[in-house]
Amino acid sequence: MRLSRTARVTLWAALGLGLAVIYFPLLVVLLNSFNADPTFGWPPSSFTLEWWSRSVTNSGALHALSTSVQAGLAATAIALVLGTMAAFALQRYRFFGRNPVSLLIILPIALPGIVTGIALNNAFRTILGIDLGLLTAIIAHATFCIVVVFNNVVARLRRMGGNLEEASMDLGASGPTTFWLVTFPMLRSALLAGGLLAFALSFDEIIVTTFTLGTGMETLPIWILDNLFRPNQAPVVNVVAAVLIVASTVPVYLAQRLSGDTASGGRL
Amino acid sequence: MTAFFYRRPALRLSLLLSAPLLWLGLAYLGALAALFVTAFWHTDAFTGQVVTEWSLDNFATLFTDAVYRTITFRTLGIAVLVTLIDAVIAVPMAFAMAKLASPRAQRILVIAVMTPLWASYLVKAYAWRSMLSGNGVLSWLLNPFGIEGPGYGVTATIITLSYLWLPYMILPVYAGLDRLPDSLVDASGDLGARSLRTFRSVILPLTFPAIVAGSIFTFSLSLGDYIAVKIVGGTSQMLGNVVYDNIGAANNLPFAATVATVPVVIMLVYLAAVRRTGALDNL
Repeated sequence: MRLSRTARVTLWAALGLGLAVIYFPLLVVLLNSFNADPTFGWPPSSFTLEWWSRSVTNSGALHALSTSVQAGLAATAIALVLGTMAAFALQRYRFFGRNPVSLLIILPIALPGIVTGIALNNAFRTILGIDLGLLTAIIAHATFCIVVVFNNVVARLRRMGGNLEEASMDLGASGPTTFWLVTFPMLRSALLAGGLLAFALSFDEIIVTTFTLGTGMETLPIWILDNLFRPNQAPVVNVVAAVLIVASTVPVYLAQRLSGDTASGGRL
Repeated sequence: MTAFFYRRPALRLSLLLSAPLLWLGLAYLGALAALFVTAFWHTDAFTGQVVTEWSLDNFATLFTDAVYRTITFRTLGIAVLVTLIDAVIAVPMAFAMAKLASPRAQRILVIAVMTPLWASYLVKAYAWRSMLSGNGVLSWLLNPFGIEGPGYGVTATIITLSYLWLPYMILPVYAGLDRLPDSLVDASGDLGARSLRTFRSVILPLTFPAIVAGSIFTFSLSLGDYIAVKIVGGTSQMLGNVVYDNIGAANNLPFAATVATVPVVIMLVYLAAVRRTGALDNL
């Protein structure tokens, strides 16, 4: 495209500046995790590893981490099953009410988290009479993780078509055999990518979790929020934040490697 | 058995849909419906129990009490400003990504914009809290120019929310600009339009649906937020805080439900209004 030199330079500068603004705060957190000043005065006068060593033995953070992992794994498992089923139904069939159903799948992430949170909180406590615990948080997380798996599987199904499955059936394979030997292997990487992103979404969730997790329990985001306003915990919180920044690149990287289907991996 | 299922697509479909629909249709929609029914009830002042009597009292309080009106307008104002700021920052960035970068660079840039989306929300809000603090990075950067950092408050909330939702704006706008043929821009240039004129008369109208698609995210996410404002907003409150406080400290679920209808209704009105731009196909 022909653009004046000034326009080009300005646009590149805007892009560079924008990316710098996006990454700068994250770098500050990473640097501050080594900042010897516990109030994070800037610029750092000296660096230390003390906060890191203090964090790896912090029982509150470790306990919260294990709760987060449990909730994430369970919610991901449920989302994988339900998301895949919904993806097959919507991608392979045309039926009355198809659009409302696809809207329904997006709804849990389209509505403000607080609405989903208090709706489920109310349903669990007053309608069903269940005490809040890890299970209720898992159910809530699975609800908004379905869409991530759904997006990845739908994109893969759209690309792969039905020819190979029909060929398998024509050659005499039964439905389950075709699924295990033909469909599933082709879906595997999309499922892995969807599962990873669903786990990441659950791991990071805070608003819905606040309203659906039992009292006295903490996931890692809730632990961070609880400790954010305690000055003497600040260095440890910062280390946990730094770890999470580094860890967040893993699912994105792997999902990109596994499936180029959806650019945002279903986060949008 | 295979043949049995093969001949009955309707049966296969209903088996596939049953579990997701039970979960989302019955459980989730049911929970939402129950919540909005609760909005018309109230709690007993002495026992704190929910009384199932129908009335519009909660809504009357919401509309007549000056405190709630201020908070509603503040929330709306913050959401609008955040959306505008993100649009202004995102359009040039997305334009450079879609039209100036090579295909290989485009892929890398998309990943570069997308990766921070997966970094924890809380970590990013926290990053701004430490940057905005009195002896933080921003003061260090701004003070030599004689400018005070904004400190914690509404401005800090707007900055933090704009930062948090910026990738949600860049990605749809980038996708929209990527679809816009270069030839249209060149044709505009051939017909004598300068860069700004081409932008105003060709690029902006054609990418407007994509910008609106991005604004759905930035707007909706800002309306429901209560954590960023807690972290960097000082004492200012948004609608989310009112909902949160009524669930927790005040133990008034019906009123929390009433307040929660506000962002939902605003979002529905917004979605209905932008439907005609075709923005929903750009999601």
